[in-house]
Amino acid sequence: MSTEYIGKPTSRVDGRDKVTGKAQYAAEFEALNLTYGVVVSSTIAKGRIKAMDISAALQLPGVLQIFTHDNRPGLAWFDKSYQDEDSPPGAPFRPLYDEKILFSQQPIALVVASTFELARYAASLVKVTYETEPHVTDLNQLRQDAYTPSKYKSAEPTPRGDAETGLAQAAIKIEAEYNHPSEHHNPMEMHATTVAVAEDGTLTIYDKTQSVLNSQKYISKIFGLSTKEARVISPFVGGAFGSGLRPQYQLFLAMMAALQLKRSVKVVLTRQQMFSFGHRPATIQKLVLGAQANGALEAVVHEAIAETSQFEDYSENLVNWSAMLYKCENVQLTHKIAKMDVYTPLDMRAPGGVSGMFALECAMDELAYATKLDPLELRLVNYADKDYSEDKPFSSKELRQCYQQGAEKFGWNKRNPKPRSMREGKELIGMGLATGAWEVKQKEASAKATLSVDGTLQVSSATADIGTGTYTIMTQIAAETLGLPMEQVTFKLGDSTLPEAPLQGGSWTAATVGSAVKQACEALKEKILAGLRSAKDSPFEPVQTLEDVVFTDGRVFLKNNSEQSVSITEAMRLAGENVLEVTITAKPKKNQQEYAMFSHSAVFAEVRVDEDFGTVRVSRVVSAIAGGRVINPKTARSQVLGGIVWGIGMALEEESVIDQQYGRFINHDLAEYHVPVSADVHDLEVIFVEEHDDIVNPIGAKGLGEIGIVGAAAAIVNAVYHATGKRIRNLPITLDKLL
Amino acid sequence: MNSFTYTRATTLETAVQDKASAELAKFIAGGTNLTDLMKVNVEGPNHLIDIRQLALKDITDNADGGLRLGALATNADTAYHEQVAKRYPLLAKAILAGASAQLRNMATNGGNILQRTRCYYFYDTATACNKREPGSGCAALSGFNRIHAILGASEHCIAVHPSDMAIALAALEANVNVTGQQGNRTIPFSDFHRLPGDAPHLDNTLQPDEIITSIDLPAKGFAQHHAYLKLRDRESYAFALVSVAAGLEMDGDTITEARIALGGVAHKPWRNREAEDLLTGKSATEENFKLAAAEIMREAKGYEHNSFKIELGKRAIMRALEQAVKMSNKPDSHFHRTSTEPV
Ligand SMILES: Cc1cc2nc3c(=O)[nH]c(=O)nc-3n(C[C@H](O)[C@H](O)[C@H](O)COP(=O)(O)OP(=O)(O)OC[C@H]3O[C@@H](n4cnc5c(N)ncnc54)[C@H](O)[C@@H]3O)c2cc1C
Repeated sequence: MSTEYIGKPTSRVDGRDKVTGKAQYAAEFEALNLTYGVVVSSTIAKGRIKAMDISAALQLPGVLQIFTHDNRPGLAWFDKSYQDEDSPPGAPFRPLYDEKILFSQQPIALVVASTFELARYAASLVKVTYETEPHVTDLNQLRQDAYTPSKYKSAEPTPRGDAETGLAQAAIKIEAEYNHPSEHHNPMEMHATTVAVAEDGTLTIYDKTQSVLNSQKYISKIFGLSTKEARVISPFVGGAFGSGLRPQYQLFLAMMAALQLKRSVKVVLTRQQMFSFGHRPATIQKLVLGAQANGALEAVVHEAIAETSQFEDYSENLVNWSAMLYKCENVQLTHKIAKMDVYTPLDMRAPGGVSGMFALECAMDELAYATKLDPLELRLVNYADKDYSEDKPFSSKELRQCYQQGAEKFGWNKRNPKPRSMREGKELIGMGLATGAWEVKQKEASAKATLSVDGTLQVSSATADIGTGTYTIMTQIAAETLGLPMEQVTFKLGDSTLPEAPLQGGSWTAATVGSAVKQACEALKEKILAGLRSAKDSPFEPVQTLEDVVFTDGRVFLKNNSEQSVSITEAMRLAGENVLEVTITAKPKKNQQEYAMFSHSAVFAEVRVDEDFGTVRVSRVVSAIAGGRVINPKTARSQVLGGIVWGIGMALEEESVIDQQYGRFINHDLAEYHVPVSADVHDLEVIFVEEHDDIVNPIGAKGLGEIGIVGAAAAIVNAVYHATGKRIRNLPITLDKLL
Repeated sequence: MNSFTYTRATTLETAVQDKASAELAKFIAGGTNLTDLMKVNVEGPNHLIDIRQLALKDITDNADGGLRLGALATNADTAYHEQVAKRYPLLAKAILAGASAQLRNMATNGGNILQRTRCYYFYDTATACNKREPGSGCAALSGFNRIHAILGASEHCIAVHPSDMAIALAALEANVNVTGQQGNRTIPFSDFHRLPGDAPHLDNTLQPDEIITSIDLPAKGFAQHHAYLKLRDRESYAFALVSVAAGLEMDGDTITEARIALGGVAHKPWRNREAEDLLTGKSATEENFKLAAAEIMREAKGYEHNSFKIELGKRAIMRALEQAVKMSNKPDSHFHRTSTEPV
């Protein structure tokens, strides 16, 4: 039927607006009497501001104000007011709070002027003298100082059994340390906020965020505003990857300036300043694996140290993957953090999973060579038929199919098991694989659905579309549920006046908001039927329940007699309804707690390494995903492709380099912070394995935003070993490490 | 960015005069390097003289059999120029190994060889840099110096010149024609860029009042035997860790003339005549290439993070020479414009 959309490749409903420039991003909104704020950033990593000379800058005609810790208005007092929905335990950073410097590039002043150029120039005239204190920014030197946080931000390590005994029994043991550096999200769009102040003083806040409600609560608490006074709008986000999960300081600064000056203010961070806040934390991870001669795991030890800031205890689910991914009785896990003079790390696409499974999956590869097993075989030997860490069955798990279909498509059987055995001219060829997993969650979310008698449906929820395709799949779900053509359906998001939705993160939006959208449309169907029941001239006799009818092609059909139907608009007319409206809240079902819910992947990578130069080219990747029901294969594929590309970056290119003299990220632009370019990306293939799951949520979708990146880096690293016989355990694998 | 005045030069004479009259004046051509540096407060001109309207865009034959490249011809127009592609494919390849299609459409030949180093510390005004602020020190010496120089550096500066085009021009022994208040002069390419010594703020020998009008390529283009090899951290849109421009004249298996210029290793395109002489009259063998590579790297000195460039450089030299010898003369697919480039 023509109104079946779920599971069909569908182009983005917002695609046209995006490519024509009609879609507006936070920095693109116009506002009355707009002024421009430019942030001055600290040049030292630790110490205090001794003096700040703003006189030269302030004298320039057109400069309205320069906000510093000296002259900022009084603000909320308690840490609680600065905490947001993604805050780790601790005391959140407060911009312009006092003279203390906690990290390099800390915002220390906001220059507001009538033009952007002027604000920028004035910012360069602000003279700051510091009293520096010694900083620590080298995780490697902090191994001894790393500590167990009193409270983990997300998952607590869940060890089991007795790893020591397990290791003692093991016939084969491998032990290795894996490191990766800090990485920054670097979405294309820089963080920006435009606070529009209308003639009557009404505020409209355009912010780059993954949750308008999170931004709204944050500024309401700090500036003492009601939710009505603080309306936050964010219709389009030019990528975020987690960087928009917490309100960033440009929001605070733009708000403060707008309230003080009673004028519209726009603050856009520079690319360099995109290196001044949250990032994926660097980690040092020790893996010890013990196995029987046949490869069966006897023990897994995963000990991780990760960076955090001086003011918050950031941690992520880094090590628990080692407890759930494979069958093993004895698992020992520790996750410590070490305080550095940097900003607090922040969730970045598949936080913890990417890092933790990079280490685990490289270790598994090493174990495969030690046990002389094919890496795929080793994974099958240790296949977990339930989640041993929580002792729960999986709601569904088609990982075996991922291995099988992925291996077949990739041609894994053509791999010569011996390292450095395959070549073409001067190119060494290597094949590697890795497993990936990501947690599936449904949260509580609300949605409103409004159906007009002209047959148009508007559905809305205060979620975000950070490029993932939320607009499109919500439109698909709504259209199919109510049986309307997609062209008649619009989905609204990114407005704090809309019904509540959680942060757009954790790959839960499709499931969470999708369930709410579906239920809202189901409720509309009830209303349409109720209308038909009460209508005098209803064509349906006797009055039906939802079970007896089908909504499709814009009509309601009788199930047992498809000859009998009425158009949805006609049904509303008959009932004398101009508009039908429902708002519902969808909650996860209780029985979910009895299950372990994960998406899985098997990633196969082929690399070609120049034997003289150590340059690595990722010639092919096949990623087979078990992610439940795929709502839109087109946008889903894009998500996974992006994940693979990022995996190439993590394996080979990405590194936020800290200069230890200055305690400062030094390659802070996109010329020197390398992410893959088109020429680095070759043959990528995505397979979605059939996976049916009634437990995860009413839609059966597991979410695909993050699973695509997990495992990609490890597969490439393992392929590099297979190509060269060199095991590189420090990412990224730049050519110098292979020389 | 500070405020500045802006004029459009219509004649060479006024451009030169205008430049000489204001101490902090700068020419702007494609602007792809200058405006970036202005935005990060590394360059702060108070007067910009836009020279894009000057009639310096042509690529014409010279009487000596060489080719003259206008200073304002874009990198793209130069690389795709029929005569350049045919007679100087080494240059075309080097240009196309640099930046991106979009940048090459804006970038000019004069601007390219005057582009400034990509040293992190030069770009970040929070750090010490003698090139940016003479006397402030060199943070790269004890900092993250993975991309820095291994040859010809000084205790004041270990930055490298980032241009790919310049490496080919060095190998081709081009000449740079300039005009100043004193008139015209021609600077041999090897004398154009400088080593840092104790004045790293000076990248080259161009005088403040001088403008580059053109670059002359001598007749000899090494079209039969050449290679441009660029090693970098990703396949495109990254500067060279090491690059090699090699040109050979061959008589059968014997090398009758060799040119080798290296990028990514020094403050200027690096040439070593002794190494080139070592190859002259010799047969094109791996051993001979090895000797030449060893000679070039004889005095190389690594710092904490860049010692790998010494071995990488040797291997790159050998591979480039090998490629130059074995070159097949098939038309190169490199020289087709992509859809993002204007025709
Ligand atoms: C992200 C990025 C990546 C890049 N990657 C590479 C790469 O891989 N390899 C590479 O080689 N390059 C690379 N480039 C650099 C690029 O090639 C240069 O920016 C470009 O060639 C400069 O030319 P332009 O005409 O834009 O110079 P402008 O920016 O206009 O000028 C540069 C300087 O030259 C002066 N100048 C210009 N023309 C004249 C003249 N005729 N006479 C006297 N002075 C003059 C200007 O005053 C200025 O000081 C990259 C650039 C960027 C931004």
